[in-house]
Amino acid sequence: MSTIVNEVRKGFYLDSVALMRLSAEIAAMGGIEEAVLMIGTPSNLEIMQNAGVLNATGDTAGPNDLVIALRADGKGSANRALAHANETLDGKSKKKGGQSAAKARTLKGGLTLHPDANLALVSTPGTYASREARAALDAGLNVMIFSDNVSLDSETKLKRQARASNLLVMGPDCGTAYINQVPLAFANSLSHVTSAANTAAIAASGTGLQEFAVLLSKLGGNLKHGIGVGGRDLSDAVGAISTLQAIDLLSEDDSIEQIVLISKPPGPDTAKLVFDKLAQCGKKVIACVFGYEESLVPDSITYAANLRDTAELAADSKLEEPDYDSIADSLVIDIDADRQYVCGLFTGGTLCTETQLILQQAGINTSSNAAAGSSTPLTDSTDAHRIVDLGADEYTVGRPHPMMEPLVRTDALAQALNNASTAVIILDVVLGYGAHEDPTAAIVTTLNNGPQSRPVVIAYVCGTESDPQRLNKQQSALSDAGAIVCDSNCGAAELSAAIIQRIKNR
Amino acid sequence: MSASDLLQKGPRVIGVGLPGFVDDLNTQGIDASALDWRPPASKNTAALEAAEALSAGDVAGQISSANAQAIERMHTADPVLCDVQLAADVIEGLGEHKVLHAGPPIEWDHMCGPMQGAVAGAIVLEGWAKNLEAAFKLANSGKITFEPNHHHNAVGPMTGIVTQSMPLMVVENRTFGNKSYCAINEGLGKVMRFGGNDDSVLERLRWLESTMGPLLADTLLACEGVDLKNIISRGLSMGDEMHQRNVACTSLIMRELAPTMARVGDPDTASEVLAFIAGNDQFFLNVAMAMGKAIMDPVRDIGGSSIVTAMCRNGTEFGIRVSGCGDQWFTAPVEMPRGLYFPGFTEKDANPDMGDSTIVETIGLGGFAMAASPAVAGFVGAGTAADAAAFTNQMAEITWSRNPEWTIPALDFDGVPTGIDICKVMNSGITPTINTGIAHREPGIGQVGAGVVNAPLGCFEQACLSLHERLNAS
Repeated sequence: MSTIVNEVRKGFYLDSVALMRLSAEIAAMGGIEEAVLMIGTPSNLEIMQNAGVLNATGDTAGPNDLVIALRADGKGSANRALAHANETLDGKSKKKGGQSAAKARTLKGGLTLHPDANLALVSTPGTYASREARAALDAGLNVMIFSDNVSLDSETKLKRQARASNLLVMGPDCGTAYINQVPLAFANSLSHVTSAANTAAIAASGTGLQEFAVLLSKLGGNLKHGIGVGGRDLSDAVGAISTLQAIDLLSEDDSIEQIVLISKPPGPDTAKLVFDKLAQCGKKVIACVFGYEESLVPDSITYAANLRDTAELAADSKLEEPDYDSIADSLVIDIDADRQYVCGLFTGGTLCTETQLILQQAGINTSSNAAAGSSTPLTDSTDAHRIVDLGADEYTVGRPHPMMEPLVRTDALAQALNNASTAVIILDVVLGYGAHEDPTAAIVTTLNNGPQSRPVVIAYVCGTESDPQRLNKQQSALSDAGAIVCDSNCGAAELSAAIIQRIKNR
Repeated sequence: MSASDLLQKGPRVIGVGLPGFVDDLNTQGIDASALDWRPPASKNTAALEAAEALSAGDVAGQISSANAQAIERMHTADPVLCDVQLAADVIEGLGEHKVLHAGPPIEWDHMCGPMQGAVAGAIVLEGWAKNLEAAFKLANSGKITFEPNHHHNAVGPMTGIVTQSMPLMVVENRTFGNKSYCAINEGLGKVMRFGGNDDSVLERLRWLESTMGPLLADTLLACEGVDLKNIISRGLSMGDEMHQRNVACTSLIMRELAPTMARVGDPDTASEVLAFIAGNDQFFLNVAMAMGKAIMDPVRDIGGSSIVTAMCRNGTEFGIRVSGCGDQWFTAPVEMPRGLYFPGFTEKDANPDMGDSTIVETIGLGGFAMAASPAVAGFVGAGTAADAAAFTNQMAEITWSRNPEWTIPALDFDGVPTGIDICKVMNSGITPTINTGIAHREPGIGQVGAGVVNAPLGCFEQACLSLHERLNAS
C-alpha cells in the first residue's frame, strides 16, 4: 500500500530546473515511488494531482509556495526522503540568502545596482517572460528571451517595441547567442582566432548555431556574433523583425566580413524581405535554410545544404572526417538480418532536423515527432525509421530539457537497445555552458547495462575542448562504451544512412 | 543602450530567471548579475491582468504623468509643527459620543481587544460613562459613533483613539495650506494606544490635556513652528527611521523647543514637560505621523495616479488608499508581525498589526528607511547592516522616486524610496515592509515586542482592479 506525503514550504521559491533535478534525486531513493518538488501554481498542482502524488496538504499551496510531494512504500521511506529534500533545500536556500542581501527582485532594482547593463537574459517560465521582456525594453535594455511558450502576439509586440527604440529582441525560445564573442545561455566555448575573417551568424535555431559555431571553430574560423532571433522570427506572422534588424546592424559593422543565416524555411512574404536585404548588405552571405530549394535563394547568396557545408564555406576549408562508407562496410557484416531500422534519439532540435534531411537524401523514409522534409508523423510502431526530438514540447512539459537533464533520454535509449528490429541508434550530445555537466554519463550507464546483442550506436558530441565538459573526455567515454563517435552531426547521419543502405541492399 | 552598443561593447547582462546562465558568464569574467527573480505572488488573475494592463501603452503614460504630479507634491511639501489644539476645536463634528480610531472603518463588534479597551478608557475619560464596565456597555449599545482618523485629517498610533477633549499636535503643510493632527505620544508601558485604560492611563491623558498640551502650544506659537523636513533629514543621518526608532529626532526637536519653552512656561511646568519628552524616545513618532498625513493629503485625488496615499490598520484589517481612487479604502485582513518579543512574551500574546503609524512608510520612512537605521534592522531580526540596506533597496523596487532631501549616508546618500506604486507592488509581488511595535492582544498590557509586518497583497489587488476600472471608464 502506497503512502502519499505532502509538505508545503510557504514563500519558498527555487527555479524549476533545480527542483526537477532534486525531484529526480529523491525519486531515486529507496522506497520512493514518485517524488515531485514543484512551485504550487495552479497548473503545477494539476500536474501533481494527475501524477497521483497530491493530497489535501499539497493542494493548499499557492504560486509562491513549494510543494514536496512523495509517494512511497511506507512512512519510513517517505520521512527519509522528506528529510533529505529539506536538507538540500535548506542548504541551497542558505546560500541564496547569503547572496540575496545584494540581489534585486525586479529589473528596476537590478538596474539600480548595475546601471551599465545593456542586455536582459530572460529565462523565467514562459508565462512571465513577455512581461519581464517588456519591462527590460521599457528600461532601455536589449533582451534575449531564452524562455519558450511566449505567444506569437506577444513576440510580435515586443519586437515592434524594440525596433522602435533601436533595441534588439533575441528569441523567444532563443537557446543560444554569441555577442562580441561572449557565449550566452546554451553556447559552446570558442577559441578566438584573430587572424581569421570575422563571421557573424543570424540564427533562428539554438543547436543549429551551436553546431555551426563548433564546426567553424574546429575549421579555424572566428565567430564574432551569433544573433539568435527565435524559431518564429522568419514566419510571416512576425515578419523577421529581429532578423532584418540584425542584418542592418551587421552590415553597418565594418569588422564583419561575412554573414551566415541559419533558419527553417521563411514565410513566403518574409523570404523576399530577408533575401533582398541580405543580397544588398554588402557582405558575403551564406544561407543554410533547412528544407529550402536552392533555386529560391538569390544568386548573390551562397546556398548551404547543411551546417557542415555552412561552416566549410565560411571557413573556406574542409572538415577532415573518416571514410564513413568503409566504416559502414565493416559494421554491416555483424548486423543481424532482422535489424533494419534507424532510431535517432536527439536532444538538439536542429540536429534532429538535419539528420532527417540527410537520411531522406539517401532514400530512407523517416518518421519523426518533429517532422522535417518528407518525414511522416511518428507512430508507436518500432518497425520504422524513427528520428525523435526529445526536446519537443510533448517530452518537456513538467520536465527539464534533455540537454540539461540527460536522464530524460535513458528510457528511450534502453528500449531502443533492446529492440530486435533496430539496426542503428543515433545519439547527439550537446556540450557547452548551460548543458549538463556530464551528459554522456547517463548514456554510458545505459549502454553498459544494455543487452550483449544490440544495435550499432553512433554518436556525435557537439562541443569544444574548452567547454566545461571537455570534448575529448566525453568522446572517449562514449567510445569506451562501444559507441562510434563521429566528427559532425552530418557525419553521424551519413554513416547511419550508409549502414541502412547496405542493409537494404543485402 | 542601443543594439549597436550591445554588439560593439559586448553584453553586460542582467539575468532574469535561471541563475546558472549568469554564473557561467561570471566564470568567464563577463559582467553579469542575476536577479532574485520570483513569479508574481498574487493568485488573483484578474488583478494581475489589471496591473499588467496598467503598465503598458497609453494608460501607462497617463499613470506616469499623474504619478509625476503626485511625487512633485510629495517632494515640495513643507510640513511645520505649528500648534497644539483640542480635538473638538479642530475636528469638525467631533463631540459627544463620537470616537475616532486607527485604520480603515470598523465597528465595535469587529474591534480587537486592545482597541475596545482603549475605546472604553476614552469613554470614561470623556465622562460618558462612570466606569469601564458601563463604558463597555455603552460602546456595545450602538450609541457611540466610530470613524477613522483618516476621515478627519488625523492619524493615531496603534489603537489611535481620539475623542473631543484630547490635545492634538497640528502640522501644517505650508506649500498647500492643509493641516493634519495627531495626539501627543503617551510614552511606553500602560498607555491607551496599546489598549490601556486604568486610572494611571487616564490620569496621564488628563495631564497632557491640562498641562503639556497648552505649554507645547504656547511654545510652538512663540517660535513660529518647527520645520520638520530638516529634522527628518538630520535624523536619518543619526540613525533614526522614524517608526521604530525616533531617539535622534526626539532629541533634535527638544533642541528646537527647549529654549522657547523655558521662556514661555513657568520653570516647574517647563521642566516637567521637557522631562516627559526626554523620557520617551518615541515622542517624535506622533509628530512624524502628523507630518506624514500632512504630506500625503494633498496627493489624495490625482486622476490616474497609482501612488498609495495612506496605509493603516485597525487591528483587524489593513487598509490602503490610492491617489487615483480618491477616498476609497482597499482592505484585507491584517497580518501578524514577525519580530522579537520582550522577555516573558511570545507570539501567542501578540495582537495583529495595528495603527495609523504606517503613514510614515507611505512617505518613505520606517521600513523604507531601514538602511538609515541598522540598529533597528537588528531589533526586527533583519540582522546586519547589509540586510538593512537590502530592505531599503527592495522598497525602491516598488516606489516611483527617491526623496532628494531625505538621504541615507550608508547608501551613498541615496534618498529614501518614495511613492509606493500599486502596479509595481503587483508586478513584483513585493509588498511594503513596515516596522512596527507589537501590542499584547489583551487590553491594557501594552507593547510586548517589535518587528516587521508586510502590507497584505489583497489591498493592492483590489486597488489595481479599481484603478483599471476607473481608467477604462474615463
